[in-house]
Amino acid sequence: MDAGDISWWSVLIAVIGGAIRVSTPYLFVSLGETLTEKSGRVNLGLEGVLVVGAMSGYATAVLTGEPWLGVLVAGLAGAALSLVHALVCSLPRVNDIAVGISLFIFGTGLAFFLGKPFINPSAPRLPDIDFAWWSSSPQVQSALKINILFIAGFILALFMAWALKTTRWGLMLRTVGDSEEAAKALGYNILRVRMLGTVAGGFLAGVGGSYLSLYFPGTWNEGLSSGQGLMAVALVIFARWDPVRCFYASLLFGGATALGPALQTVGITTNYYLYGAAPYFLTLAVLIYSSSPQKALEGAPGEVSINR
Amino acid sequence: MTRQGYSRRSFMHRAGSLMAASAVTAALPGMVAAMGNVTVGFIYVGPRQDFGWNQSHWDAAKKVAAIDGVTVVEQENVPETAEVEKVIQSMIELDGAKVIFGTSFGYWDSLKKMAIEYPDVLFTHIGAIWKEGDPTNVIGYRGYTEEAHYLCGIAAGRMSKTGKIGFIGSKPLYFIYNNCNGFVLGAQSVNPDITCNVVITGDWNNPVKEAETTNSLIDQGCDVIIANVDSPKVSIETAEARGVYTCGYHSDLSPLAPKGFLTGAEWNWASGAEFVEAFLAGEPYPNLKRGGFKEDMVQISPFGQAVPQEVRDEVMAAKQGFIDDTLMLYKGPLKDNQGNVILEEGEVKANSDTPFKLGVDWFVEGTVG
Repeated sequence: MDAGDISWWSVLIAVIGGAIRVSTPYLFVSLGETLTEKSGRVNLGLEGVLVVGAMSGYATAVLTGEPWLGVLVAGLAGAALSLVHALVCSLPRVNDIAVGISLFIFGTGLAFFLGKPFINPSAPRLPDIDFAWWSSSPQVQSALKINILFIAGFILALFMAWALKTTRWGLMLRTVGDSEEAAKALGYNILRVRMLGTVAGGFLAGVGGSYLSLYFPGTWNEGLSSGQGLMAVALVIFARWDPVRCFYASLLFGGATALGPALQTVGITTNYYLYGAAPYFLTLAVLIYSSSPQKALEGAPGEVSINR
Repeated sequence: MTRQGYSRRSFMHRAGSLMAASAVTAALPGMVAAMGNVTVGFIYVGPRQDFGWNQSHWDAAKKVAAIDGVTVVEQENVPETAEVEKVIQSMIELDGAKVIFGTSFGYWDSLKKMAIEYPDVLFTHIGAIWKEGDPTNVIGYRGYTEEAHYLCGIAAGRMSKTGKIGFIGSKPLYFIYNNCNGFVLGAQSVNPDITCNVVITGDWNNPVKEAETTNSLIDQGCDVIIANVDSPKVSIETAEARGVYTCGYHSDLSPLAPKGFLTGAEWNWASGAEFVEAFLAGEPYPNLKRGGFKEDMVQISPFGQAVPQEVRDEVMAAKQGFIDDTLMLYKGPLKDNQGNVILEEGEVKANSDTPFKLGVDWFVEGTVG
């Protein structure tokens, strides 16, 4: 390859840019799932919540012309759907995994049904901030156009890490998630804490969905999510329920998604299906790695059903 | 036994509409005249407003609906399963459809089955894979979109400043290869040094990957992008935001990119209207119809404002070449991008050489990927 230097440079730039562009939905969903699981519940329905968020956010932006309002509505729609999960799971002897899967299917179906009229119209996109004023290279400029939601997600990850560790609310959430007996002894209202944890997690996942439809790729159709919501749940395990590690893991998954297209554009086309499968392969590898029978999951909330 | 496998829902529906119909005819005798109308059913695999494949068929449905005395009934999101047979049955039995348009490739087996069951009804399929021995009340038709891609390529070759253009394909199938080759050959006809980066996404519909691929191609310096995916909307909007040129596919996408849209390769499924007319008049119709500009089965989108007049003239001249059969898409000397000789100097393949086109699994020289 004679023009090799510039090509490899641009692959690197494309992967970094792609990591930033693609990672935000992973980040929000995984932060949401972290909150939910820290309270002792699993919400597998976040994929459905993500799709409902994407649809409602897009629809709101189309109807009002206001993308930020779309983000808010997406979050509220996600919270509402997760409230269903929270309420059903509050009943005795209800399996949260099964409810989560039915919520996943219900959410995607609902979004496809209600989203039909919004496939054709174009919605205004969320703005981005240019962090590449120092560079004259258009590749770098494009890679470093960063959406505010990504930055918000980063700050939220730091905040959540701090809040879970040092605040009373964080302690309450962790106690409820780790040991029901201890929480009962301390007089916490377990159901209420779990409900709030699940609803807040749904809000975040809904916001993650609005990023998909309102920024990148910035459209609404039925193939919009290729399983990001489900992968984010695996990513939480990979990140060991640590919000800051969720951030790194999201970047890794985003970069893996961007790798295939970046390599193909420089002419490396053999095995492109393999590169395309990179994020899914990564998910599998994470699950196999974290499913060791010898050691318990470090950092896993004690009451989460995958840990019981 | 045509009535077997009748669903309870459709039975109730039918019984209900029978009663309603008798009530209406009793009340409004004048409406009986309208019974002479013919109903035509359109079945889509996705939403008909997808700025893509399904929309191109919706456009055709509107043309069919414009025929005098024809009413069109439509159903969207019909999967390529036994579901389509139920939809067909309900359209024929309840709506009295006399012609059924099955607009997705995977409907083929169901269409053949229903064509035997309902020999008085005309069925059309867009795969153009009808062969001797298949029911004669089935029509297969499909346009040579590679010719329209050739015209897009001319516009792309003229407008590209970097000499690099980008092609996004969904799956490595013969028509994707042909479309890409048409695009590259068109561009090379006006700028022999141009190269085209090709990316196959592997999915009919994967917006994240399509947007990411578009960004990667632009980062590589490609400044005209065309996407052969089910709905090129994402790719076109992403490219427009990045300030590069785009060409469309399937249907008219010019509203999505007011600044950078050049033109687009579109289907013209309007021959469907001719089939309907011939069928209703009791005239013969073909069972298999393939064609390009000459047969008026493909078309190009309206030019975007960025395209200067001389380029438009050049594109239209090439279109005339296809119509007159003076311009051949595949002619020697032609090599693929691995250096293998495909056609020797002087060797020419006719534009209507379907068997040759079906066998294309290579990209022409100048294609990267």
